[in-house]
Amino acid sequence: MSRDIFILALLDGMSYAGLLFLVALGLTFIFGVVRILNVAHGSLYAFGGYGAASLGLWLGQGFESAFASVALLVSGAIAVGVVLGTLLMLLLKQFQDRDPILQLLVTFGAFMIFEDLQRMIWGTQPYFVADVVNQMGTSELLGVVYMNYQLLFVPGAALLVYFLLKWFLNSTLAGRQIIAVTHDREVATALGINARRIAYLTFVVGAVLGALGGALASPTTSLVPGIGADMIVLSFAVVASAGLGQITGALITALLIGLSRSFCVYLAPEFEVVMPYLIMVLVLLARPQGLFTVVQARKI
Amino acid sequence: MRPLLLNIAAVVVVLGLASAFPWLKIPLILSLCYGLAALGIVVLLKAGQISFGHAMYACISGYAVAFLGRQFPSADGVLLVVAGTLASVIAGMLIGAFVVRYREIFFGMLNLAISMVLFTILGKFYSVTGGTDGLRINRPTLFGAQLSRDPFEIVLLVLVLAISLVAIWGVQRYFLSSGGQALAAIKTNETRLEYLGVSAKKVLWKGYVLSASLCGLSGALFGLSQGLVTPEMGYWLRSGEFVFIAILGGAGHAVGAFVGALIYEFLKMYAAALVSGSWQMVLGAILIVIIYFLPKGITGLINRRKRLGGGAV
Repeated sequence: MSRDIFILALLDGMSYAGLLFLVALGLTFIFGVVRILNVAHGSLYAFGGYGAASLGLWLGQGFESAFASVALLVSGAIAVGVVLGTLLMLLLKQFQDRDPILQLLVTFGAFMIFEDLQRMIWGTQPYFVADVVNQMGTSELLGVVYMNYQLLFVPGAALLVYFLLKWFLNSTLAGRQIIAVTHDREVATALGINARRIAYLTFVVGAVLGALGGALASPTTSLVPGIGADMIVLSFAVVASAGLGQITGALITALLIGLSRSFCVYLAPEFEVVMPYLIMVLVLLARPQGLFTVVQARKI
Repeated sequence: MRPLLLNIAAVVVVLGLASAFPWLKIPLILSLCYGLAALGIVVLLKAGQISFGHAMYACISGYAVAFLGRQFPSADGVLLVVAGTLASVIAGMLIGAFVVRYREIFFGMLNLAISMVLFTILGKFYSVTGGTDGLRINRPTLFGAQLSRDPFEIVLLVLVLAISLVAIWGVQRYFLSSGGQALAAIKTNETRLEYLGVSAKKVLWKGYVLSASLCGLSGALFGLSQGLVTPEMGYWLRSGEFVFIAILGGAGHAVGAFVGALIYEFLKMYAAALVSGSWQMVLGAILIVIIYFLPKGITGLINRRKRLGGGAV
């Protein structure tokens, strides 16, 4: 393996890990508070990507600044996340006290609906809007020419989101209330926290994160039907390996999976797609509750 | 007496439909195959566990049939089905030994991950597995007779129907046995089960192997009736379909899986014909509505009526 390929794999992996982290973060964040593993999260990723691409096609033409393109991407993601997140939350509210398995299946049903909805709105032709990548230009790193978008912007955005979320959870009232509800819903409610409002807030934030992952992926991947289904299992792999509800864990695991996958692309391409699952299986065999979870006592 | 009558009625209805409308043969075979797989999911549902990866056992068994059919072109179809099922039983024993340590979401996700590993490997190693095109299965002899397409489908339908009835009976017996009762106790209270001196892992392992073998049986028969196996057979969305059918039918009685499968297959057919291109949306909406109104599925409805009727039947 030459030095150039090593650097390429490293950069590819970081950029991929950034996207993976955003999507997985949304999933794990929602699980932490609402205790629902949201299968429809993959649709949020897909809709975020399509939404941002469409917005870019309608409004982005003629703009030359990268800033405007980024603003379009982000606002597309927020719009998609808020709308779909609210819809999903309204749906799940009807199933509040049901068996968690049934709640999971409700999100699976929603996923099936979204999948066809996406096909109806955007068709089956691949979408590809890469203006923002060209606008950001390239830079050279140790002799390897690489796109700024993937080198700086995507990992940067992922880190920014990570620190923002950490700050939000630790230093704002709403954030601390979220932590309280995650820890013990009943006690939090008894202390006067409106758990329902917190659940809604969390759900929308998580949904926006999923859509943001899709939006940031849209300039570098072609959008086709089925990307949501692939992404949801990948982000499951990240979340389960990290431990459900673990934010820092998700960051590290996403990096691990992203890097191992991109090195696989260059070294053993047959195993590229298998790597995330292989890692997940190995992690869960060694640590059943995920890498970063503290073991809890079983309730009788 | 009553179960016997019901069995005869089921046989008459299915075979009658198939002879009245010959085009129905394949949909009927397929829905019975789906029913067998969903029955496997029902066994796990009894323990409160859900697997988003059980299509892999159908896939393993289908590929085993394809490989063996290729190696031994003269092998009988029945033998192939047995061999395919055996392959998924062995796989179920090995994988089961690991996954029974996990519960609920981790159990589901681990199954999902293993099935995705299998799915991608089958798709990637083109020279061995035929890649995403899959492998053809040439029509083998059935019970020693080389049949043309039409009689082959009739014999296959009778075979699948017979297997399904035996499976319903067997699983129902299992649910009533001590092993099945212990399995249900995993859902209600696993800790108390262990206090009784029963190993929950062992109980779940047996249930898991049973469910893997049912999915394997379904996959082998599915492969024979289609004449083709593809990695799609093991994709997680297929596992999701099995879960869907199991929920539709309900975990109350083994027969539910087959009722669910028949409804599912025909819903899919009509939805595809009526609103082509968005059948998935229709199914998704139906799934949500069913969970809302009938959380215990169709058999839940029957059991409720039975209770209201004062336990007659």
